[in-house]
Amino acid sequence: MHNTKYHKAGSAADAASLLSGADDGTVLAGGQTLIPTMKARLAAPSDLVDVSCASDMRGISVSGNTVTIGAAMTHAEVAGSSEVRAICPAICDLASNIGDPAVRNRGTLGGSVANNDPAADYPAAMLALGATIKTNTRDIAADDFFTGMFDTALDEGEIITSVSFTAPSKGAYAKFPNPASRYAMCGVFVASTDAGVRVAVTGAGSDGVFRAGDMEAALGSDFSASALDGATVDAGDMLSDLHGDGVYRANLVKVMAKRAVTAAG
Amino acid sequence: MSEGIGAPVKRKEDKRFTTGKGKYTDDIRMENQAYAAFVRSPHAHAKVTNIDTSAAEAMDGVVAVLNGAELTGDGIGNIICGWAISSKDGSPMNMGAWSALATDTVRYTGDAVAVVIADSKAQARAAAEVVNVSYDVLPVAANIEAAIASGAPQIHENAPGNVIYDWEIGEKDATDAAIAGAAHVTEMDITNNRLAPNPMETRAAIATFDESDDHYTLYTTSQNPHVARLVLSAFYAVAPENKLRVIAPDVGGGFGSKIYIYPEEIVCLWASMKTKRSIKWTSDRSEAFLTDAHGRDHITKAKMGFDADGKIVGFKVSTKANFGAYMSLFSSAVPTYLYATLLSGTYNIPNIYCEVLAVYSNTNPVDAYRGAGRPEASYVVERMVETAAREMGKDPAELRRQNFVREFPHQTPVIMNYDSGDFEGNLDQAMAAADWNGFSARKAEAAARGKMRGIGMACYIEACGIAPSAAVGSLGAGVGLWESAEVRVNPVGTIEVLTGSHSHGQGHETTFAQVVAERFGVPLDSINIVHGDTDKVQFGMGTYGSRSGPVGLSAIVKACDKVEVKVRKIAAHLLECNEDELTIGDSQVKVEGTNKALGWHEVGLAAYTAHNLPADMEPGLKEGAFYDPENFTFPMGCFIAEVEVDPETGTTEIIKFVASDDFGVIINPMIVEGQVHGGIAQGIGQAMLEEVIYDDNGQQLSGSYMDYTMPRADDLPSFVVEHHNTRCTTNPLGIKGCGEAGAIGTPPAIINAITDAIGDNSLSMPATPSKVWALIQSSGAKIAAE
Repeated sequence: MHNTKYHKAGSAADAASLLSGADDGTVLAGGQTLIPTMKARLAAPSDLVDVSCASDMRGISVSGNTVTIGAAMTHAEVAGSSEVRAICPAICDLASNIGDPAVRNRGTLGGSVANNDPAADYPAAMLALGATIKTNTRDIAADDFFTGMFDTALDEGEIITSVSFTAPSKGAYAKFPNPASRYAMCGVFVASTDAGVRVAVTGAGSDGVFRAGDMEAALGSDFSASALDGATVDAGDMLSDLHGDGVYRANLVKVMAKRAVTAAG
Repeated sequence: MSEGIGAPVKRKEDKRFTTGKGKYTDDIRMENQAYAAFVRSPHAHAKVTNIDTSAAEAMDGVVAVLNGAELTGDGIGNIICGWAISSKDGSPMNMGAWSALATDTVRYTGDAVAVVIADSKAQARAAAEVVNVSYDVLPVAANIEAAIASGAPQIHENAPGNVIYDWEIGEKDATDAAIAGAAHVTEMDITNNRLAPNPMETRAAIATFDESDDHYTLYTTSQNPHVARLVLSAFYAVAPENKLRVIAPDVGGGFGSKIYIYPEEIVCLWASMKTKRSIKWTSDRSEAFLTDAHGRDHITKAKMGFDADGKIVGFKVSTKANFGAYMSLFSSAVPTYLYATLLSGTYNIPNIYCEVLAVYSNTNPVDAYRGAGRPEASYVVERMVETAAREMGKDPAELRRQNFVREFPHQTPVIMNYDSGDFEGNLDQAMAAADWNGFSARKAEAAARGKMRGIGMACYIEACGIAPSAAVGSLGAGVGLWESAEVRVNPVGTIEVLTGSHSHGQGHETTFAQVVAERFGVPLDSINIVHGDTDKVQFGMGTYGSRSGPVGLSAIVKACDKVEVKVRKIAAHLLECNEDELTIGDSQVKVEGTNKALGWHEVGLAAYTAHNLPADMEPGLKEGAFYDPENFTFPMGCFIAEVEVDPETGTTEIIKFVASDDFGVIINPMIVEGQVHGGIAQGIGQAMLEEVIYDDNGQQLSGSYMDYTMPRADDLPSFVVEHHNTRCTTNPLGIKGCGEAGAIGTPPAIINAITDAIGDNSLSMPATPSKVWALIQSSGAKIAAE
């Protein structure tokens, strides 16, 4: 690892100001991607601004059907939240299957969403739940937030503070893990709300997380696994790598979508 | 007695290992220590045109930046392969030059071109990044096919067509004739996937040059420190053997990959002399993927002929073996004498012929990895027999029974002479434990749940305790394959056993002590096993090929024999009786049928005080022995796997895995079971998970755990491990060896089960979900209830 300067931010505003004062600073949340990348000498930020204890980025609140989760909440905290589980168990289950216990105790929701790894789990949930990504400067709809593989609508220096979403009446996440990394090789989040059904897919798409419009339409009229029997997924839009080609991933999208629908009940 | 042979004694070494007190190479800190970081080629094949070290030399903490020209200029020799193999035409193998730091050409990504020595690890790494190497990139041959294609890039000048040797064994004409006359011939193309060894502890070295005495000390992660010293001295000309001490302290796994002497150890020694600093290098996991010798990587065409009754009449095998960019220390022996000699399997096969084309490619060197040649042989034989049974509509167990070797000794057509075994006994035991006969009901039940269930077996045989020295010498080995031991009884009766074997996870400190404890009737805790230091232990050959039990322990037994002779003489003299009236046990030497006895410690004391010894007897009580085995040993067994495939995703779940092994006499059944578990896990890794993959440019795509699938606990079932043992007739304890069996028998059992489930014999390893799913799609396999 190259030398770097560490700062601990007390709040999002504090973090923003520390960042703006740095040559080439970056936000450190749980560090589950950033630190290994730095250890591999593939990233060398001049400054690390640690937001894991930023007070206004912590906490979970549930108000009616609206769930708000602080960006610095760890996967373990989300997985273990009885309040969230009571109205949206799917996101707790998703969080409980990210990485291993060490990752879940450090990694954060905000870090995962900001990194937008094409195989990360949370982006599928945010997109399917139609979440709002709140930053230190504005609110961004999930549909506008995820702009491609490792790419988001975040501006330079902009920090995610929390996410909020309306709990779906039915929702579930089904993941097929990459055999080696255990990241999603295909993860499908389905959510049924008054506004309709949303289906978001991670791990499989060639440009990161995406919504499966045809499946949403099919499920909108019939929320059952068999409604997806006729669904087709274009293999050409899928990732292809040593773990599976586009044809295989296209199959997984359909299989995992059906399993998610079945699990959502 | 409860601590002796056959007792499941807890491992003595685990106190330090499980409390974090093990002392590994990276734990060692020397005064005045500096760190090495290697500058490695990002290209798989290129000419090095310039190395600009000016920026690196100017960086903080940098002590030196050294290159290959300086290394060879100081007379450091090229890295060698120690087993000479000749081609069919009698010509010697074509060994290309391998300098520890490349001088003009790099041949795989990771090839070292320079080394930075700095005060800290971080400084060394930072400086290594700014060493500016200019390359002229050359065309790449990243696999066997590319390497032997016409117009392929020439990797070593003296290996035309990238061929190292074109070797053969057996009778070609007789085998061809037998297959031509066969009632049924099974033909298969079989690949054996390339694996990265992945010991838990990565390789490391710390070298110190003592200028006052022109003496070097090297701590390193070695399975065989004396062999390392020999090669470093005799071939790499680092220092004469008497000026070089090699210590392999606690070593966290090897699986073969720590047999060899790699460039990094040589460079650390040389750099310690150049800089007058202790030089430390510890591989990280990424560097391990890039530089450790890989295993396997064969492509094979095989034909097996059967008569109308199902008896095998001939077996013809043509294998191409990928050696990577350079010939590693024992690489040449692996696809020849450790592979083709096992192609008779557990069967009576009258005619066998095998030819092996050894090929250079722009990839990591390939050498022995747990099993080393025998997993490849077992896989070919057991896939062929299984497929033949399916093609002929025969029960796979019955076909095996029909062809089993049943009389011993059994001479195969490919050198090996099996001494013992009851192959059908292991088959019966495994089938009973697996409830083989109840399978069809379980298959039907699985089908009702939408799952494809399959069952498969493999009856492996392997050869351990590689030997005898004269025989391997005649086959080209550069070393003898005996083992040494010294047994020292101290004046207080405690015992030190100095062994040339090396323990890097095997539990020798316990099992070796158990044998001595039983032999002399003394407590286990009174015995220490000393190993791994060339200044402490007499020359020994080290640990690989499951040889520590059959060969290393035999040397200890031989030394114990000599100690016992002296103990009897001393005790008979002191107790005024005949030597044959004495019994040794319960910490004493006793005159049978009397109450006359000496404590074991009193014999030791008498030997060292020498106040009253028999006339002409030398004082002291320690004896050494060298044991040269008369034959290999032949562990065998029957493994059965039962699997369920999810046709929607291609995911395979192992429902049950049964191993019935014949290991001969077992010293510590708990440790043996652990060895079997580890071996099966690695075998499942090869069969379903692991593969080193290069792209066409020779870049390793699977160079981290993000893409290289190591087996994890949730990939594995709970194993059923059973034994049906027959005594080995060729060593004193009757031991056959157990270290590699799991990795040898498992891959064919798993693939035979998955192919049974999906009804497609073309499946190759690793049986990843995507690969299995694609085969199900292409074959249109249906879930059959019968």
